[in-house]
Order: sequence, then structure tokens, then C-alpha cells
Amino acid sequence: VKDLLKALPWIGPAVALIAAVVLFPVGLMFWNSTRDISQSGVDDGGVGLANFATVVGFQYFWPILGRTVVWVTVVVGLTLIGSLALAALLNKAFPGRRLVRMAVIVPWASSVVMTTLVVHYGLEPYFGIINSFLVDVGLIDTPEGYGWTRHAGTAFAWAMAVAVFVSLPFTTYTILAGLQTVPGETVEAARIDGAGGLRTYFSVVLPQLRGAVSVAVLINIINVFNSLPILRVMTGSIPGYDADTVMTMIFKYLQNQRQIDLASALSVIAFLVVIAIVAIYVRVVRPLEEV
Amino acid sequence: MAAVTESGTVPRKATRPTSGDRKRVRKYTADQVPIGSLLLRMLTGLVVFVVFLLPYLIMFFGSVKTKSEIRSVDPTYFPTEWHWENYATMWSTPETPLLQNLISTLVISLCATLLVLAVALPAAYYTARFRFRGRLVFLFLVIVTQMVQPAVLTSGLFRQFIAVGILDTWAAMILVNAAFNLSFATWIMHSFFAAIPKEVDEAAQIDGAGTFTVLTKINLPLVWPGIVTAVVFTFVASWNEFAASLVLLTTAGNQPLSVALTKFVGQYETSWHYVFGVSVVAIVPVVILFMAIEKRLVGGLVAGSVK
Repeated sequence: VKDLLKALPWIGPAVALIAAVVLFPVGLMFWNSTRDISQSGVDDGGVGLANFATVVGFQYFWPILGRTVVWVTVVVGLTLIGSLALAALLNKAFPGRRLVRMAVIVPWASSVVMTTLVVHYGLEPYFGIINSFLVDVGLIDTPEGYGWTRHAGTAFAWAMAVAVFVSLPFTTYTILAGLQTVPGETVEAARIDGAGGLRTYFSVVLPQLRGAVSVAVLINIINVFNSLPILRVMTGSIPGYDADTVMTMIFKYLQNQRQIDLASALSVIAFLVVIAIVAIYVRVVRPLEEV
Repeated sequence: MAAVTESGTVPRKATRPTSGDRKRVRKYTADQVPIGSLLLRMLTGLVVFVVFLLPYLIMFFGSVKTKSEIRSVDPTYFPTEWHWENYATMWSTPETPLLQNLISTLVISLCATLLVLAVALPAAYYTARFRFRGRLVFLFLVIVTQMVQPAVLTSGLFRQFIAVGILDTWAAMILVNAAFNLSFATWIMHSFFAAIPKEVDEAAQIDGAGTFTVLTKINLPLVWPGIVTAVVFTFVASWNEFAASLVLLTTAGNQPLSVALTKFVGQYETSWHYVFGVSVVAIVPVVILFMAIEKRLVGGLVAGSVK
């Protein structure tokens, strides 16, 4: 205890910040999820689990949950496949590699909102540049184009494409870091044994990337699950609930309907999902080993 | 797959490969790689290069078009005339006070970064140097917060900040950005501190230096790259933060650019050229910052487990 007191001036501020801005709101959120809170913010007493019943009983709840699963699996899956390919390329030597690596960073540093806005503009009927490109190459016959951003299904699909695009840089760099730890000798040995490029990759290189891939996947799952801006920009102006995920639904409760109690209940559900993922993460990656 | 703080060695590992790599690479290209596959790599590389820059090129070209050109049916890929004056006129658009939004983004990001540094640096130093009861609990707490994002806690934060009376203030978002970037900053700096041999400290202590002097005079210069990485990451993350700002900042002028720009969507006549001009101004500086730390982008948590 004495040495903890000695440590306090050094770690105290960090603990205080985490307690006040992370732990306390978690507790408050759990508390609010069991209260009846009016739209003006007045607490009208406890209601047990009634808010959870309302949230789960909402007719679009299960479709939204299903869509969230699709959103996470498709985005993380495609991101992983794309990143493995990209990292394999960027790990090879060729003139101009540095420039390509720098280009790959750009979506990572850029605001996701702004990246999505360009795509949204590009898909607009008549004047959108992506739409007009699709017309020019003959994939669409009318200049009006398809109302990509007007229909829930297509807007959601494009949102997934944007999500993959902005997730690629982090994942690629993580796998690149993993590739640099693969000893060159093992690859050489496989070559000498007569294994071709692809075979070497799948049976020698890929297994050694296990650590990098599992970390990248878990962090991506959390990020993609928590992602709000892409869907907000792409599908936010579409009426109804046919393009919502759990996260956008929380913000609809919070902003459009001003129902803090319901928003809290759904947030609690989302939070528990995230905690479950973190628990898996800690088991798989064992980040505290040998600290 | 080793532990994070064994990442004592990680910072060095993370910086070294590229230079060593390049040397090996040069030999490779000259001797072994057939010219055909080299061309194929370059070609694929070029495609990747173009695809990743494409949205931002569209943004840039759009930002110098006139409103009628960017909204014309059968749009142009390149601007017919380059209207640089857009970058001056865009700040006074009716949708949102963009200049104030820029100032908000800047103030919130800078203050959050300073706060993170002030809080994380001592914690990173102490946990890397000293063992004490509760140390593992603290590190575990830090790791778990890295996994939680403000989006999922917004409803709690909203009520809390109303109660404290700082809803819709810069202070609210400074605290949120600082708290949620604290863990990454702590980890990355922790790994750099852990990489410095203890003997260095001990030698200084024998010469009569106190803990504080050891930290500032001996350790700081050595962990400088870690500090820069933490600063850049925190700054860029705060700069781009969206979900919490959307709910916690209700006055237009207080909102950061990420939130402000979404107001253009769904307008009857969106001024896309202004949206893109502002985006270019907001994106270029942070991209440069990220490029400056390119070799250390994979850091902290990730680097530790990648090894």
C-alpha cells in the first residue's frame, strides 16, 4: 500500500481521467437504462428492465441486429482479404514502393466523415461523378443513374465499401509489421523444396501471421461495430430503419427521438457486446503477459 | 506472439526494418527479381496508389470548381477553370459557421493532446520503471479503455455532462478525446521507457539526480519518438472525432468540422465545392503528420502482439 501511495502522483491523474470520463458514464448509462427519463430529461423513476423490453420489442430490432452482424462480418472479412493482398505487395521490393505506402496512409489520417462525403456526392443522380463514370463506361444507361443513396439497400452496400476502404490502411500496416517478423530463411527453404509462390505464402508465411491477423481482426471488429459516421452520412437521410445498425439506432434514439432511457438500454447491449469482444481479445492475445 | 511490454524492443524493431529492408531490397532488385514481375509489381502498385488517392483527388478537383460546374448534369472530371477563390469564400456559407468550426476543431484537438501528454507521460514512465501493488490493475484498466470508444458511451456522457454543466462546451470534448486516447498514448510511451536499460537511470541516480531529474534530463530525449507518436495519434484522432461531438456539442459554432460538414448533406442545393474545400484544408495537415510517423504507425498494443 505504501508503494501505491508513492505511485499515486504519477498514475493518479490518469486514473482520475479514466474514472471520470470512461467508468462513471458506463455506470450512469447502466443506471439510466433502468429509469424512465422524459424527453426534457426529467427522471420519472425506475422501471426495471422495461426499457430493454421496449428496445428489443421494437419491430425493427432483430433486422437491425442481423444487419449489424452482416455489417461487421462483411466489412472485416473483405478488409482482411484486401489487406493481406496489399501487405504482400507492399512487402515486395519495387521502385516507387514508398510512394504507394504513403498513399495507403491517406484514408487512415483523413476524417472518415469527409471521405464518406466525397463518395456520397459521387453517387448523386445526374451530377455525381462516380455515377457519371458508371454511365460513361456503359454500366448504367440513363444519365440520371441509379439512386444509389436514395435506396436503403444500395446505400448500405456503398457504406460497406467505404468502411472497407477506410479500414484497409490500419490492417495493412499491422500485417506488414507481422510480415517483417517472418524469417526470410523459412521462405527460402520452402522455395528450395520446390514450393511455388502461392503455396509458400499459404503454408509458410500465412501461419506465421497469426498474431498480426488476430489483433487486426479484433481491433477491426470493435472499430467497425462502433462505426457511426459512414452510415450516418450515407444512409442517414433515408427514412425508416432499413439501413440501420445498432450504433446508428442508438443515435436515432438519442437525437431524433430524444429518448435517453431507450438509447441507454441499447447502448448497454452494445457495450456488453464490446466487452465480450474485449474478453476474447484478452484471452487470445494475452496483452498482459510479461508486463 | 509476445506481450505488449516486451515491446520494450518494439519501438526499435518498428523503426529499423525499413532502413535494413531498403538495403536488402536494392540488392534484390538488381540481382534476382525478373524484370517482368518487377513491372507487374509496379503496375499493381500504381493501381493501388491511384485507388487510395482517388477520393481525395475528386475532393481537390471539386474544391476549385464553381457551384454550377460541380452541380452540372454530365459532370466534368477535371475543373474547366480553376477557382482558387473558393478557398477564401467558403468560410462564409449559410449552412454552418465554418471558421468557428475550424477554430473549435483546432482548440479541442490541441488541448486534448496537451492533456493526454500531461497525464499519460508520468503514468507511462512510472509503470515502466517501478513495480508496485496495483500496477497490473492499472495497466489492465488502460488496455480495456483502449477497446471502448466514445460512441458506445455517448448516452451516459450526455447525461453526465448535463449534470456537471459542461454539455456543449469545448471542455467536454477535450475531456472525452483525452480520456479515450489516453490508453494508446500510455502504451506507446510505456514501451519506449521500458526499452531504456535501467542502468542508465541508476547511473544518473548515483550521480545524485532525483526521480524527476532522471525523467526529464535522461529519459525524455530517449523516448522522444514515442512522445511524438503519441502526440500525433491523439491529435489526429481528436481532429477527426465524430460520434461524441455530434451529441455533446449542440451549438453550431462549437462543433468540429467533422460534424459541421454533415449538415450539407440532403440540402436542397448542397455547396459541394465548399464541402470539398474545407475537407482539403482539414485533411492535408493530418495526412502530413501521419506520414511523418509512418514507420511508427503500428505501435503500442498492436506492435507488441505482432512480434
